[in-house]
Amino acid sequence: MAASRSPGRPLSFYLLAAFFALFVLFLYGPTATILILSFQGPEGGLTFPMNGVSLHWFRNLFEQQAVGDFGGAFRRSIALGLMVMVLTVVVSLSAGFAFRRRFRGSGALFYLAVASLIVPSILVSLGIGLLFNILGWEPAWYSSALGAHLTWTLPFGLLIVFAIFNRFNPAYEEAARDLGATPWQTVRHVVLPILLPSLIGVGLFGFTLSYDEFARTLMTAGSFNTLPLEIYGMTTNVTTPVLYALGSLTTLFSFAVIGLFLLGLLILRRRRGTV
Amino acid sequence: MTDTTASPRPSAAAGPAARRGPALLPRLAPYLQAAPLTAVLLLFLLVPILTIAAVSFWDYDSVRIYPDFVLTNYTELLTSPVTWKTYLSTLKYAALTWAITGVIGFTVAYFLAFHVRSTTWQMVLFLLCTIPFWTSNIIRMISWIPFLGRNGLLNSGLISAGIIDQPLEFLLFSDFSVVLAFVHLYTLFMVVPVFNSMMRIDRALIEAARDGGAGGAQILWNVILPLTKPGIAIGSIFVVTLVMGDFITVRLMSGGQSASIGLMIANEISLLQYPAAAANAVVLLAVVLLMVAAMLRIVDIRKEL
Repeated sequence: MAASRSPGRPLSFYLLAAFFALFVLFLYGPTATILILSFQGPEGGLTFPMNGVSLHWFRNLFEQQAVGDFGGAFRRSIALGLMVMVLTVVVSLSAGFAFRRRFRGSGALFYLAVASLIVPSILVSLGIGLLFNILGWEPAWYSSALGAHLTWTLPFGLLIVFAIFNRFNPAYEEAARDLGATPWQTVRHVVLPILLPSLIGVGLFGFTLSYDEFARTLMTAGSFNTLPLEIYGMTTNVTTPVLYALGSLTTLFSFAVIGLFLLGLLILRRRRGTV
Repeated sequence: MTDTTASPRPSAAAGPAARRGPALLPRLAPYLQAAPLTAVLLLFLLVPILTIAAVSFWDYDSVRIYPDFVLTNYTELLTSPVTWKTYLSTLKYAALTWAITGVIGFTVAYFLAFHVRSTTWQMVLFLLCTIPFWTSNIIRMISWIPFLGRNGLLNSGLISAGIIDQPLEFLLFSDFSVVLAFVHLYTLFMVVPVFNSMMRIDRALIEAARDGGAGGAQILWNVILPLTKPGIAIGSIFVVTLVMGDFITVRLMSGGQSASIGLMIANEISLLQYPAAAANAVVLLAVVLLMVAAMLRIVDIRKEL
């Protein structure tokens, strides 16, 4: 905007920068609060002031009976997240290929996908729960909850894939075709490698959306809880900082997952130079 | 999945179907590629919603639900003053959250799009905003409690600074805390599409406006704002639909003092009053779709995709 007068910045820049800083503070403030409070001493409560500093509540977290089946819920959430991740990438990429060409019903399918984002989560949960109920099927995290999560992640995946294909230069495909590659070879050796970093992004997005999804899991998880359901249960009956310890731990886990993905991306970039 | 793009292998094309083969599969390919998405959306979205619509006419007692066609679920719902009060409070939450996330989202996106000059810095600042979203929603909500509570950080800070001498009671378990949590959860849903729209604005238009003698405020109002409308519309749709259907934020942050339609449905579900919940859900869906349709009338978001 201001390339012609780069040395000095207008006053509005500083005002907006201050606003932005306040916004970031607003986003981080509460999370930082519980991170600190999770190190509360054994006698401390849910609020300040801190009553000593300890790892008591983290240890408490791993004593199974105290907080229910936290480990099992965690494993189920990870497994579900990974399944959703793979399916989101494969299904939305496949649909993305379809939408590059005209096909009958493409408009309807697109609107159905958008509708999936607009329909309140609790309705999806209720609908799938009722459907399974009427059909006499047992809802489970790997069947009904998986489907419920996909109705949330696939539209996002599809929109991202649209954006990816918008930036994709079809000249690469034409070049491959001119050199005698079959359509499958073109996809396998030209299109997929170019799209790979973006597809990792789609997968990561799918995983985190699923890992955190509560409302759509409510009626679809069956008799075994996922982590958000477990945490929700804790908020209603746990009154110790063990809740904050769990919060800190899951946050840390999210950081680890995203860190790993970013690292993978970085290695991918390095190996290929700057594509 | 993607191997469906492949047209028939040479060996297949050499057979008697040589004339039909090469033409048929490429024409079929998009349908095969779209099939998984279609199947998931039909099975887990369309059919369940039709199920809700059907069950909303069913009868029920305290034990189970019965296939039937009764209108009592709707008449009970629509004649109850509780329903209307709940709708009003839900709409109030949606309006307040929309207005606040709109102002914050526009300002933040404007800063990132027009004042941060390098794309690297834009990326870094963006990432900075998204990091808190890697924590569970519920954890982010409960993390407001030690901050806003009677003995929370804010109250003790204000007391020790001598600004107030009684803890402020309205900070937690009130409409204030509900809207605050919504803003905390959903502002980024506004920032991203608005930022996206702003980045598409041809910078030459702004130069032209300035050369034409427009001041900063005039450029903002007459050039940037109209061109950002599609992004604002998409962000608004996200924020409004998320708030309208929410039940967990309202339950946790109001401490059970306020209600929303989503919470009403969740309560009916937990009482196993499925037909009542279904009728409520149908009405909610109709209201949400009407709101979205109204927003789409104002701006054409298809240009954005």
